[in-house]
Amino acid sequence: MQVTITVNGVEHSRDIEPRMLLVHFIRDELLLRGTHWGCDTSNCGACTLWVDNEPVKSCTMLAVMADGKAIRTVEGLANGAELDPIQKGFMECHGLQCGFCTPGMMMTCRALLDGNPHPTEAEIREGISGNICRCTGYKNIVAAVQWAAENPATSEVTA
Amino acid sequence: MTALDEAPLSAAGNPIGFGRMHRKEDVRFLRGEGNYVDDVNLPGMLHSAILRSPYAHARIVSIDTSAALALPGVHAVITGETLAGLGLAWMPTLSYDTQAVLATDKVRFQGQEVAFVIADSRYIAKDALELIDVEYDALPAVVDAKKALDPGAPIIRDDKEGKTDNHIYDWEAGNKADTDAAFAAADVVVTEDILYPRVHPSPMETCGSVAHMDPVTGKLVLYTTTQAPHAHRTVYALVAGLPEHKIQVISPDIGGGFGNKVPIYPGYVCSIVGSIVTGKPVKWVEDRAENLMSTGFARDYHMNVSIASTKEGKILAVKVDVLADHGAFNGVAQPTNYPAGFFHIFTGSYDYPAAYCNVKAVYTNKAPGGVAYACSFRITEAVYAIERIVDCLAAELKMDSAELRLKNLLRPEQFPYTSPTGWEYDSGDYEKTMRVAMDIAGYDELRREQAEKRAKGEYMGIGISFFTEGVGAGPRKHMDILGLGMADGCDLRVHPTGKAQVRLSVQSQGQGHETTFAQIISHELGIPPEDIEVIHGDTDNTPFGLGTYGSRSTPVSGAAAALVGRKVRDKARLIAAAALECSPDDLEWELGRWFVKGDPTRGKTIQEIAFAAHGSLELPEGVEGHLDAQVVYNPPNLTYPYGCYICVVDVDPGTGQVKVRRFIAVDDCGTRINPMIVEGQVHGGLADGIGMALMEVIAFDEDGNNLGGSFMDYLLPTSMECPDWELGETVTPSPHHPIGAKGVGESATVGSPAAIVNAVIDAISPFGVRHADMPLTPANVWRAIQGRPVRTDMAVE
Ligand code: FES
Ligand code: FES
Repeated sequence: MQVTITVNGVEHSRDIEPRMLLVHFIRDELLLRGTHWGCDTSNCGACTLWVDNEPVKSCTMLAVMADGKAIRTVEGLANGAELDPIQKGFMECHGLQCGFCTPGMMMTCRALLDGNPHPTEAEIREGISGNICRCTGYKNIVAAVQWAAENPATSEVTA
Repeated sequence: MTALDEAPLSAAGNPIGFGRMHRKEDVRFLRGEGNYVDDVNLPGMLHSAILRSPYAHARIVSIDTSAALALPGVHAVITGETLAGLGLAWMPTLSYDTQAVLATDKVRFQGQEVAFVIADSRYIAKDALELIDVEYDALPAVVDAKKALDPGAPIIRDDKEGKTDNHIYDWEAGNKADTDAAFAAADVVVTEDILYPRVHPSPMETCGSVAHMDPVTGKLVLYTTTQAPHAHRTVYALVAGLPEHKIQVISPDIGGGFGNKVPIYPGYVCSIVGSIVTGKPVKWVEDRAENLMSTGFARDYHMNVSIASTKEGKILAVKVDVLADHGAFNGVAQPTNYPAGFFHIFTGSYDYPAAYCNVKAVYTNKAPGGVAYACSFRITEAVYAIERIVDCLAAELKMDSAELRLKNLLRPEQFPYTSPTGWEYDSGDYEKTMRVAMDIAGYDELRREQAEKRAKGEYMGIGISFFTEGVGAGPRKHMDILGLGMADGCDLRVHPTGKAQVRLSVQSQGQGHETTFAQIISHELGIPPEDIEVIHGDTDNTPFGLGTYGSRSTPVSGAAAALVGRKVRDKARLIAAAALECSPDDLEWELGRWFVKGDPTRGKTIQEIAFAAHGSLELPEGVEGHLDAQVVYNPPNLTYPYGCYICVVDVDPGTGQVKVRRFIAVDDCGTRINPMIVEGQVHGGLADGIGMALMEVIAFDEDGNNLGGSFMDYLLPTSMECPDWELGETVTPSPHHPIGAKGVGESATVGSPAAIVNAVIDAISPFGVRHADMPLTPANVWRAIQGRPVRTDMAVE
C-alpha cells in the first residue's frame, strides 16, 4: 500500500505492507532510530511518538493508519542545536540512565506539559505511568518535568 | 587533596575530580542518537527469528523445514541437526554445564530454541516460523523444585552420560557443629520457610546481536548486547574454535542490563552461524516474550532460615537450608569456586559467632539463569533471608525491630571483620548509618502514628532492612569465570595537547561510565573531565577484563583507572623534572601540575608535560617518550558497601492493597565519584525492590507453562507504585581501594525488598501473620490475612 506520512516536517512516501507497524516504519523504513521498541503488548511506551500532536504508542498502530498524518519523533524535539526544555530537564535532573526509555518518555512528558504547563507531582506521575523505565525509579524523571515546567525556554545546559 | 574534598571547577564548570556533573553521554540519548544493537544496520544485512518450544519437556520426533525454506525471502533455516554437523549444537555455560543452542534430542523448557530462520526481513522470518513443522512427543515436566529429586521424577538432563536424577550440586559454608551447638543452647529459636521467587531483570532493551563474518578476511564482527564483551570474545573462541584475534565484539549502547546480558544466548550463536552460512551480516533481536521466557531469570531460592538468640535479643547463630532451582541448564554466571554465588554472606551486618548454610541445586523444566537482576551474585537472596528472619525474631521477642538490629550490628572497631562464613568486611560504621536513616524517617514518630492508627483499625507498617554487600569480584586467586581471572585492565593515553583517552574493559548499561571514569582520571591528573574521552565496549580497542556485573566496575576498573592515572602522573614527574632541570624528588604535585618545592612559580602543567613528552626534550635515561600507561588491577579483596533502608506502607486489609507511602534509603558506598549518578543508581534499585516485593514473579503452571511471559503478566513498577525516594548518605571509604570507593550499582536492589516486605508484614501482624512470600500482590496479602497463603511461584486454582 502507498502511504504518505509527514515526519518531523518532512514528507515521506513509501509502498508498504498493510501489516507493518508504525514503529517499524519509523525505524526500519525511515531509519529514525530514536523511537524504540520494548515490548509486544503496548505496555512499555518506549515507542511513544506523536501522531497529529497526540502521543501514541507506535507499536499499537499500523503504519497505514498514519497515512496523511503528521508525526513527531524524538529527533524532532530539539530546535536545531537548541535542545527542547524537556531534553534539558532530563539532563539537568539525571532523568535518564541507559537512555532506552528516554525518547518515548520525553515525547509523553512534552505532550503532558503542552496540555498542562504546571502539572503537580501527582499529575506528572499519572501522566508518565504508561511509560516504563527500568533504570531511574522515576524520581528524577518527575524532577525533569518540573524543571522543564519552570524553564520553558531557557538557559544553556553544559555537557 | 583527599577524595572527599570539594573539587575545583574546570572552565566548563565541571568538577576537576569528584562531584556532581552532567553526564557526557546524555546528549546523544536525548536526541535519539544512541546506538543500540537493533540500531545497527550493515549493508546487505539479513534478519532472523527463532522457533521456540511450546512444551516444557518433550522429545523431538521430527522437524520439517521444507515449507519454510520455500517461502520467498527465506535464506536459510538452521536446526539443531545443522549445528550438530558443525559441533555447535551444544555450548558451555558459564558454570561448566552445557546448554543446547538449538534442541536436538529434547526440549527442556517452554520457549527453548528449536530452529533459526534467516530471511530478508523480520516479518518474513516470523512468517517462516509458522511453516516449520515440528513433531513433539510430550513428556511429564518437573516444575516444582521440591519434587525434582523425588524418586521417579522425569530425568531432564539425560543428555549427560550416566545422569539418573535432577541433582546439580550440594554446597555448604560455615561451621555446622558450632552452629548446631549454638542453637541447642539458645533461649529462642525462630524458623521460617522463605521463598525468593523467580523474577526477571527485563531491561527495556531486549537481547540481540548483529553478526558479520567477513568471508574474505575471516574476521567476525559481533555487535551484541553484552555486559562482558571480552569474556564473550574468549568464550566464542573456545566454543566455536574461531581464532580469538579474528573476533571483534562490539557492545554499543546497552539499554539496561541488570545481569540479563551476562550469559551467552543461543540467539547470539545462531546469528554467527547464520552469517557464516549466508555470507551476509545477520541481525537477531528477540521480542519481549522471548526475553522473559528464555533469557537469564533471577533468584528462585527456596530457603529454610533459622535464627537463635538469647531472650534479651542477642543473636547467637543463623542457619539456612536452600533448595535452588536452576532451570534446565546450569547457566548461572558467577565465580567458579562459588556455585551459590556469594550467598554465604547471609550472616549480614550483625555480630555473632556461628553460621552455616547448605545449598542444594536442582534442574527443573524452566529457563536457565539464576544470577541476574542486580543480585551481586546472590547477595539479594542472602540479605532477604537474614533481614526477614531478624524481623521474625523481633516479632517472637516482642521487641522493636530497630532496637533488635541496633543491639546486634557490628561495631566500627570490629573492622576489618571476618564473618563466620569467611568474608572479610573492609570498613563500616553501621550504627551511624542506621541512626541517619531513623532520623530522616522520624522513626519514633512513625511508631507512635502506627499505634494510633492501629487503635482505629488502620494498618500501617514500618519495615527496616540493614544490608551489607561484598562487591567487586574479585581477587583472581579465588575468583574466575571459566578460568578467566577477574582482574581488569585500563589504558590511558594523554595526547600531546593534554587531552586524554581512557580505555576500559567494563561496559556501561546506563551507569554513566563515560562520565565517572573521566572524573577518576581528572581527579588523578587534574585534566578537566570534558577533555577526557572514555572508550569502552569494543574488544579491538580496549584492554581485556571481565566486564560489568556484580557492581564490579568501580571497585575493579575504577581502581585500575585511578592507578593508571597515578602511573602517568609518576611519569609526568620525571618529564617535568627534565624540563625544569631539577631532580624529580624536588617536585611536588598539585592538581594538574608538578612544581618545584619551595618555588611554586616554577612548574609544568600536565598539558605542558604532555607536549614535552611527545616533543624534542631530552628525556632521562630509561624514560620513554609519550605519556601513556597501562594497568591491570587485581583487587586484594571485595569492597563492602552497606546501608539502612526504611519503608512505610499502608495496607487495606479488605483488598490486600499495599501503598508504599515513604521509602528512606541511606547508603554508604565509600567515596562517591559523582553523587548524582550514585543517587540515580539507588533510585533505580529501589524501584526494582518495589517490583520484586509487590508485583513481579515468573510463575509456572503444572505443565511448565510460563505465566509471566509478557508485560501484561509480568508486572513492572511504574511511576504510580514508586514513592518519592528519600535518600541520605554516610561515607566510610574502603581502606584498600585506591580512591576509597565501593560498588553501589546493585545496593538498592539487594537491600530494598526486605524493607518493603518487613513493612507489609509489620502492617498485617495484628492478623497473626509473621511471614508471607513475595510478591505481595493484593491477592497474596489478602490470602495471608485470611491465614490461607499459597505458593506464589505456582499457578493458583
Ligand atoms: S513497544 Fe512497548 S508499548 Fe510500544
Ligand atoms: S533510562 Fe534505562 S529504561 Fe529508562
